[in-house]
Amino acid sequence: MAIYTELMGSEHVFASVALPHLDAAFNLARWLTGSRADAEDVVQEAMVRALTYFPTYRGGSGRAWILQIVRNTAYGTLKARRGERLAGYTGLDNPVAIEEVADPTDDPEKALIMSDDLARIDELIAGLPVELRETLVLRELEELSYRDIAQITAVPIGTVMSRLWRARRTLAKAAAAGEKR
Amino acid sequence: MTKSSGTILDGDNRPEGSGAGTGPSNANDCGKLLLLQAEFDGELDAAQAAALAEHRAGCPVCTRNEALLAATQRALRGATYHRASPELLRAVAGRIGASRPPPHRRTRMPWQGLAGFGAGAALAAAILLTLLPVGGPGLVATLVDDHVRALQPGHLLDVVSTNQHTVKPWFDGRLDFAPPVKDLAAAGFPLIGGRLDYVSGRNAAVLVYSRGKHLVELFVWPAAGAATEPARATRDGYNVLHWTADGMSLTAVSDVDPAGMAEFVRDWRQTP
Repeated sequence: MAIYTELMGSEHVFASVALPHLDAAFNLARWLTGSRADAEDVVQEAMVRALTYFPTYRGGSGRAWILQIVRNTAYGTLKARRGERLAGYTGLDNPVAIEEVADPTDDPEKALIMSDDLARIDELIAGLPVELRETLVLRELEELSYRDIAQITAVPIGTVMSRLWRARRTLAKAAAAGEKR
Repeated sequence: MTKSSGTILDGDNRPEGSGAGTGPSNANDCGKLLLLQAEFDGELDAAQAAALAEHRAGCPVCTRNEALLAATQRALRGATYHRASPELLRAVAGRIGASRPPPHRRTRMPWQGLAGFGAGAALAAAILLTLLPVGGPGLVATLVDDHVRALQPGHLLDVVSTNQHTVKPWFDGRLDFAPPVKDLAAAGFPLIGGRLDYVSGRNAAVLVYSRGKHLVELFVWPAAGAATEPARATRDGYNVLHWTADGMSLTAVSDVDPAGMAEFVRDWRQTP
């Protein structure tokens, strides 16, 4: 990497911080917007924004920093797109208030069946509310720490934890429901 | 950061009393749910994990929840990870590099303003104007420019491989010609990968070699006519060597010194 900083100006330092995370940026944008074209627009816009903000970047996880900007940009796109539900659920910032996702007959053993039905998994993730979807994608696909996810999604770590559980539980339940059909 | 943030009212709407709840309608939380999940996600330190282990040993709820965590994780392994396309990589590299040209880059040429024409069309026009060896200063400048742009991390390579037997088929599937791919590792120029570029109105294969911290890029496209000996040009401190052989135009671009470049070209030509 030394060659880049030696040869070039700060935009190349920026490139060396940002471009390694382009896949992560696109993956998050794609899962948030549900569209390849929108995701590509989001990533381009986010990278340009990130370059503008770069002087304020103080080190730390470059990936979390970039993904935070990507996420905010994607939310701008979602907001602009009519019909997309951004919030509307309760207890956003209260880790205790968990949406009910279980039922008395709910059984994880049944949910285990879902693991054999991989074809539907993308569909199931896409069906999650956006705040659960992003948390799950950042944890399970990007394998980010709770701390990084909290930074990216701008919520306390406790909220990350409860959203993650709700996401997983919703997924399992949806998979089990699919099995019954 | 892994503090348990309270009790999850998961199976029921019961307002309270679920802290150690084991009631039949609250079967999904034993009060340690988020702690269990945190351990599953590798977020617990040793002391917290030990405390949890003690509880978990005799807790059927934890066993069930752990099974759910494992099942979802297994299922999620089948989820699509959406990777950025080479086109997006180029577009992003172009946009973030375009805001301030790197110091080595030549001053803006008039035709560069014609963004809509694309680099290829602009280049083709430049070549028509300057029918010089190596295709004229326009081509030299453009190849150096391409090379400098490619030095931006992530932009350099479409295919990353030190194995010529991986790189060659990769090109063969994407071009209407088969560029010669050689590994010069033995000569001190290991192959690190390749990418597609658009030069002179047609697709070019770019083979990327490393020399210490420096990179040598070899632009390859088909050329009619007899073989030519290497001709040298320099531009902004970059050395450019061009020759034709076996129906291919070959142009090496690098900031490696002229002696090193000559060595590269000699080794390339001598390697079968």
